[in-house]
Amino acid sequence: MAIAETQVYMPQAPQPRFRLLEDERWLAFMLLVPTMALLGTFIAYPFLRGILLSVTDARVGVPGDFVGLANFYKIFNDGIFRTSVYNTFLYTGVTTVFKLALGLWLAMLLNRNFRGKAFTRAFILLPFIIPTVLSTFAWKWMFDPTFSVLNWLLYHLGLITGRINWLGDPELAMISIIIVNIWRGVPFFAISLLAGLQTISPELSEAAAIDGARPWQRFWYVTWPLLLPVTMVVVLFSVIQTFADFQIVYVMTGGGPANATHLFATYAYQIGIGTGLLSEGAAISLAMFPVLFLVVIIQLLYIRRVEVR
Amino acid sequence: MIEGAWWRKWVFFYVPMALFLLFLLFPFYWMVITSVRPDGELYRPWNSINYNPFWTWNPTWDHVRYLFEETLFASWLWNTTFIALASTAISLVCGVFAGYALSRLNFPFAGSLGTGIFITYLVPQTLLFIPLAEIIRNYRLGDTPWSLILTYPTFLIPFCTWLMMGYFKAVPKELEECARIDGASRWQAMLYIVIPVAIPGILSAGIFAFTLSWNEFIYALVFLSSPGQKTVPVGVTSELIRGDVFFWGPLMAGALLGSIPVAIAYSFFVEHYVAGLTGSVKG
Repeated sequence: MAIAETQVYMPQAPQPRFRLLEDERWLAFMLLVPTMALLGTFIAYPFLRGILLSVTDARVGVPGDFVGLANFYKIFNDGIFRTSVYNTFLYTGVTTVFKLALGLWLAMLLNRNFRGKAFTRAFILLPFIIPTVLSTFAWKWMFDPTFSVLNWLLYHLGLITGRINWLGDPELAMISIIIVNIWRGVPFFAISLLAGLQTISPELSEAAAIDGARPWQRFWYVTWPLLLPVTMVVVLFSVIQTFADFQIVYVMTGGGPANATHLFATYAYQIGIGTGLLSEGAAISLAMFPVLFLVVIIQLLYIRRVEVR
Repeated sequence: MIEGAWWRKWVFFYVPMALFLLFLLFPFYWMVITSVRPDGELYRPWNSINYNPFWTWNPTWDHVRYLFEETLFASWLWNTTFIALASTAISLVCGVFAGYALSRLNFPFAGSLGTGIFITYLVPQTLLFIPLAEIIRNYRLGDTPWSLILTYPTFLIPFCTWLMMGYFKAVPKELEECARIDGASRWQAMLYIVIPVAIPGILSAGIFAFTLSWNEFIYALVFLSSPGQKTVPVGVTSELIRGDVFFWGPLMAGALLGSIPVAIAYSFFVEHYVAGLTGSVKG
């Protein structure tokens, strides 16, 4: 119908070659083809390929035969895999709590008017902008067992007498990578939550203050409930990224000492690429899928609920 | 602002703010100071006498010189720039088109396609890198920049689409209808009317995509093997560490110089970047 109309009223009708594009469905199809082609080839296909790979015994250069769930059976009985599952949950849980608390605090600080606010905000985002691998090297150097500036500082503050071998001890190494992840994530939380805070009218807080609410009550009963939707989305995003994290552990400890700090991704890399057991590596990667799937479902349901309201 | 006694301002604002800034920015200071410090000072044990780790009186360019003369750092910088720009361009074109289609056109399965793209947005690279490495090898793309230029859009397009949908929804329908009444085809109305209005969104998506692809690590680590093809993050990781020996001076100089291009790009578009960042989570 649209075509008929335009032909009647228009001095120059669209060239026949493009007439197909006047149809809404054809235009939509043409516009979506490049995206679908790329996402299909490099996400959907690898995903299926990964599932197929994980039920074979393929290695680098060897196609492998069907072995059923043997790879999954093997990794669930693998002590290192169990440690990495534990580590991944610990890492995600602890860092998310700290990132949320510190990020919210920083967002509240930034939500005030002070001189140099724009400048401060720009600088605060740096840990999030700078390539993670490169900034993690700076942290690794700061945690270096022999030349650590942190040890120097603690020693001169009189807190320690001997050196602390940050990355040589399993628990300290885990704490170190958790610190780096918090460092990298706080800016993201702070800036996203700041954007959320700025949509909340200050009059609400003022009204509560006139009614006699203390600062803490104003936060808990006015600001926090209004900020919850943004917080929820930011937390879910961060959980996915942290759960699947690779770079920080790869650089800081490489999974060591003695495979004590592996996450899913670093262990999958070590098995799949490092030792060339492609199928087992693919199985370890895919073991992340149920948790990620759950988080995505929660997120989709939550977004839909917010949209319906 | 904080009311009450003068000290409250210090306790509740200045001190916490200063601590945050110290925590967030100290690693960068440490990068800078390490990269200009001579080796003799760098490798002094932390408990030696009269040692001040925070300053040096003998700054040197040796580490930077080493980086450019003894390693392929210049090629890594060029590779990273090229790959980041190319994958950003591809993702912007795809993202703008897909965002336009999903937010302004009526067609069957629009809703489920939108959800599908949102889900791929949440797929982390570490889930797929092993099968993807095989696919890249089968297509004979391994060890070429194209292995990254074609795979980076998989995490950039969903983000660009998502962000652009938000911007396109805000453009009034009447604007487009006016153009159509004046004789523009659908395609022309999109290209000349709707897309120009959404340029701030394109800039936001572009700068965000550029920093993300500059940042990417695991695909580059797995798909590239020869030293001359590597990107900065991978080159610094694999070529400046020999066995257990870390060349800390060049490493920190490399980390610093590898961060500067993306920091400059960011500093020009801070507002757009923040809009992209917050838009990406709000949708």
